[in-house]
Amino acid sequence: MTNTAEKKPGFVGGAANYLDERLSIGAVLKGFGRKVFPDHWSFMLGEVALYSFVILVLTGTFLTFFYQPSMAEVTYNGSYPPLKGAQMSIAYASSLDISFDIRGGLIMRQIHHWAALLFVAAAGLHMLRVFFTGAFRKPRELNWVVGFLLFLMGMGAGFTGYSLPDDLLSGNGLRIIDGMIKGIPLIGPAFSSGFFGGEFPGTEVVARLYSLHIMILPALIIVLIGVHLMMVIIHKHTHYSGPGRTDENVVGYPLMPVYVAKAGGFFFLVFGVVAAIAATFTINPIWNYGPYDPSPVSAGTQPDWYIGWLDGALRLAPSGWDIAIFDYVIPMGVMTPLIVSLLFLGLVAAYPFIENWVTKDKREHHVLDRPRNAPTRTAIGAAGVTFYAVLWAGASTDLIATNFQMSLNQVLLAMQIMLLAGPAIAYWVAKRACIALQNKDREMVLHGRETGRVVRLPHGEYIEVHETVDKYELWRLIDYKDYQPVMARPDANGKISIGNRIRSAVSKIYFEDRIAPVSKAEYEIAHADHAPEAVTEKPKSKRKSINA
Amino acid sequence: MSDIEKSYSPGLATDIEKPIANPGIEPHRIRMTDKSEKHARTAEKQIAVMFGVSVVGAIIAIWGFFAFPIVDGDLSATRNNSLWMGLGMALSMFGIGFGAVHWAKTLMPDNEVSEMRHQARSTDETRAQALEIVKLADGESGFSRRKLIRRTMYGALAFFPIPAIIIFGDLGPVVGDTLKHTMWKSGTRLTKDPTGIPIKASDVTIGSVFHVIPEGLSEMEEHKLEEKAKAAVLLVRVNPSDLNEDPDKADWSYQGIVAYSKICTHVGCPVALYEQHTHHLLCPCHQSTFDLANHCEVIFGPASRPLPQLPIAVDADGYLIAQSDFLEPIGPSFWDIRK
Amino acid sequence: MRRRPWAAGIVVFFGLVLSGGGYAAATNVVQAEGGSQIQVEEGRKLFLANCASCHGTNGEGAIGGPSLIGVGAASVDFQVGTGRMPGQGSGPQLRAKPVQFTQEQISAMAAYVASLAPGPAIPDEEYLRGDGEAEHGGELFRINCAMCHNAVGAGGALTQGKFAPALGGVSPKHVYEAMVTGPQNMPVFNDANLTPEDKKDIITYLKYIEENDSVGGFELGAIGPVAEGLFTWIFGLGFIIAITVWLGAKSN
Repeated sequence: MTNTAEKKPGFVGGAANYLDERLSIGAVLKGFGRKVFPDHWSFMLGEVALYSFVILVLTGTFLTFFYQPSMAEVTYNGSYPPLKGAQMSIAYASSLDISFDIRGGLIMRQIHHWAALLFVAAAGLHMLRVFFTGAFRKPRELNWVVGFLLFLMGMGAGFTGYSLPDDLLSGNGLRIIDGMIKGIPLIGPAFSSGFFGGEFPGTEVVARLYSLHIMILPALIIVLIGVHLMMVIIHKHTHYSGPGRTDENVVGYPLMPVYVAKAGGFFFLVFGVVAAIAATFTINPIWNYGPYDPSPVSAGTQPDWYIGWLDGALRLAPSGWDIAIFDYVIPMGVMTPLIVSLLFLGLVAAYPFIENWVTKDKREHHVLDRPRNAPTRTAIGAAGVTFYAVLWAGASTDLIATNFQMSLNQVLLAMQIMLLAGPAIAYWVAKRACIALQNKDREMVLHGRETGRVVRLPHGEYIEVHETVDKYELWRLIDYKDYQPVMARPDANGKISIGNRIRSAVSKIYFEDRIAPVSKAEYEIAHADHAPEAVTEKPKSKRKSINA
Repeated sequence: MSDIEKSYSPGLATDIEKPIANPGIEPHRIRMTDKSEKHARTAEKQIAVMFGVSVVGAIIAIWGFFAFPIVDGDLSATRNNSLWMGLGMALSMFGIGFGAVHWAKTLMPDNEVSEMRHQARSTDETRAQALEIVKLADGESGFSRRKLIRRTMYGALAFFPIPAIIIFGDLGPVVGDTLKHTMWKSGTRLTKDPTGIPIKASDVTIGSVFHVIPEGLSEMEEHKLEEKAKAAVLLVRVNPSDLNEDPDKADWSYQGIVAYSKICTHVGCPVALYEQHTHHLLCPCHQSTFDLANHCEVIFGPASRPLPQLPIAVDADGYLIAQSDFLEPIGPSFWDIRK
Repeated sequence: MRRRPWAAGIVVFFGLVLSGGGYAAATNVVQAEGGSQIQVEEGRKLFLANCASCHGTNGEGAIGGPSLIGVGAASVDFQVGTGRMPGQGSGPQLRAKPVQFTQEQISAMAAYVASLAPGPAIPDEEYLRGDGEAEHGGELFRINCAMCHNAVGAGGALTQGKFAPALGGVSPKHVYEAMVTGPQNMPVFNDANLTPEDKKDIITYLKYIEENDSVGGFELGAIGPVAEGLFTWIFGLGFIIAITVWLGAKSN
């Protein structure tokens, strides 16, 4: 190297040099620094979940220094008067100490719990966004499965977490889980004994849940988040259809500096929201519930919201369906909810593969669908959401009855009916709504936007002036994927297999009612028809684009 | 799509010619901060203020920690500590967050740019090279050729994890018949939960409900909650004429006083709600309802088995006692419950 | 022997004293709270005017209402004192309504009903001051009351439209009376089940809960995870989504 007189590098330059000489960070900056990410609010929901997880790890670490996962009995002598002198487990006592006797303990506990509720909610909403925009299509099917697993693990981490204080509310939740486990055929009682280390409640379970909660599940979640984000980097993010956007590019802003600022800033904003809520609203007031004991129970015993759908399934299950096989019993009050939930989860996990089996579209998809342009998928999603929501509402039958002054029994019956009828109605309504919206879009393409101005032509005809959409909006309205149903065809031997028949029938359900995008020919005919004076192109104004 | 990239089958997708071609990215709209130095400077000041507010927030949080020492008996210190630390933290976070985002929105370029994607699939050339590498490794190791090695290797790999599963066998003891027996025995007195004070038959007036544990439970040092989780009982007195008893269980009650297991046969919550006039027992978890006047049969909700009845009698001093343990397992049903 | 004219008067006087005093003494035994004759009579008049149509002219019960014989002064003080009585309308359960009588009138009616037969008395002031042991009260509350009324008395559902009301704002006297009389479908917690000391402790616990705000902040109705979940979705996610829309929108 030539030895020219060089200025000594400053601190940042020196540090960068030091690291680059050891870690090739130059290559990293070059590769990632100007990576493009599209900018739409609905793409930030996954980030909300990610940031909530970071908040959980940070606040959780604080809590691990003070919480003790032991079920040994101790007498409480902390600051909370109504529990002084009470017998309770060390786990409960340490949770009370965090809440009342450690400065900052309560706010960290509350941030932790509110962030947990937000984590699963954001992950769920993110999953819905991915579903309704078809972001799970090739090449992202595997990422959908990873995300699904993350959602399940979030539920698991939440459940193990809120059971740690060993209070009456979560303890009754564990009792319910034990009852469900015992009901599993053949292995139930053994599984229960293994999980609780003997009879319920035993002295082991809280420590085991702790190990799951702080070690096993977070490790799995971190690994899966890593895989999830790796795939986003490899595949690049999807984007909505729009001017300049195709399946071959990604349009947005570069990582540095825009995304570092926006996404980095967003982390602080999410943390701020959670902290503000945690400072002002009580969550999980364990001091009200008292220590766990198998005898008392509180009216209004519900799990945290993301377990609600399972509790609702237990409440809505019909009675008297137990199956007896000789001297053995399968309690269907427990097995029906288990089987139904597993089927539901299975369908959710498998959906990308089901849709791909129908369309056999092997191309990569990076432009998202507007929900209206995939009516059957949207309708299926609406039905699924309704099913989940009715089960979720089913967990609060007693609260609905008390607060709206209705009969508990009638509320339950209504929910049982809604569980079956609701998804069907939601499917039909969603599908028709999508098709109606597609028709409206079609009208806009062919005939422009109705302006409400009525003009009388010289020969006496009244017309409403339509304003043609500009080319950017026009592109958004015509750029979507369209599929047609397939007829079952005989193979080389002249037979039509069952698989083909089913596929044909399903493809008809999916695509029979489709509204095809406007073709060039149609467009030209429609626009040739209009008398020149009735077609006005208004100057482009500050209109909000459709895709906002 | 470029030539070297794979062209995939579109399946059922239709392929129609669109009315117009993709018009390209919309032209950039100039922001005030792009046009006017004054606006940019205002934005800069706003961002600075936000970052400054963040510092204030952090100071408030720090102050909150020290300003409210915990005082036994005065929970307002706890409340204030939590409130001020929380609000301080929230303010410090919001300051940074709004500052950073505002900076990006107003001062950083908001021109949309386009980056080309690559197909996930490797090029044919890369694939061929990858395949060569795999074939080479296979050739050099003899993996496909040497059946004996391969098969015994699979066997070893299949077996080695099994001890790792078996080793968890001591997670819990063998169940035995613990689920089928409780602490109740012939002569065990019924006592009040949680004190263990025995109950006289004359104490139980019509319309009363007593929450009951077996005598001796409250003094137990170990396994207290495990026994309570099976032995908890509800004791109620109804008018004998209202009681529709099974003829062969008629001597299980005493002058209208009946005792039933409190553990719900659905999934084990305490069935604790007693409606005095309707004689219904309601479980608050999933709303299983049992009719106490009709041997606790299920009249609503997901439970499938009636609550087991505890046969009771009265001893020489007038205290209520159990005649024996329950004659069937209490609590949720399980696979071999009938054995 | 010469007859004195005022002798008859004395005999009559003594007769009256004996019979009247004897009657007063006898009724004193029956009225355990020592309601005076005037009070009982006042109560009887009020009873006939407001209650007899459902409960019978002598409290023996009629089509509209059950017998009140033996329910005691405590029942009347509770039912009328919380406005549940006079009962109105049909429905699965009587609700607390604006109270229609003064405490004096209520006490009179209570005295009258108590005079019909012995029953639970209006509790002594010493049990209502809330100076018992909140810890013991909390433990008893959770075992005996929380399943219907919720762990902190926020109320809960029973079957067929019945409910256990929220306990915030209910006076200690009425809490005691409800425990000891078992109104409507609430069970009776007699003094053998929950001693007066026990009841005092429970009242102390409820008072503590009522008077002390939660250390965590606003309680969202104290109904637990359902409210917390709804709050997260509506306000937590709602506010965050508002932020994301602002974040992604083009600046002016």
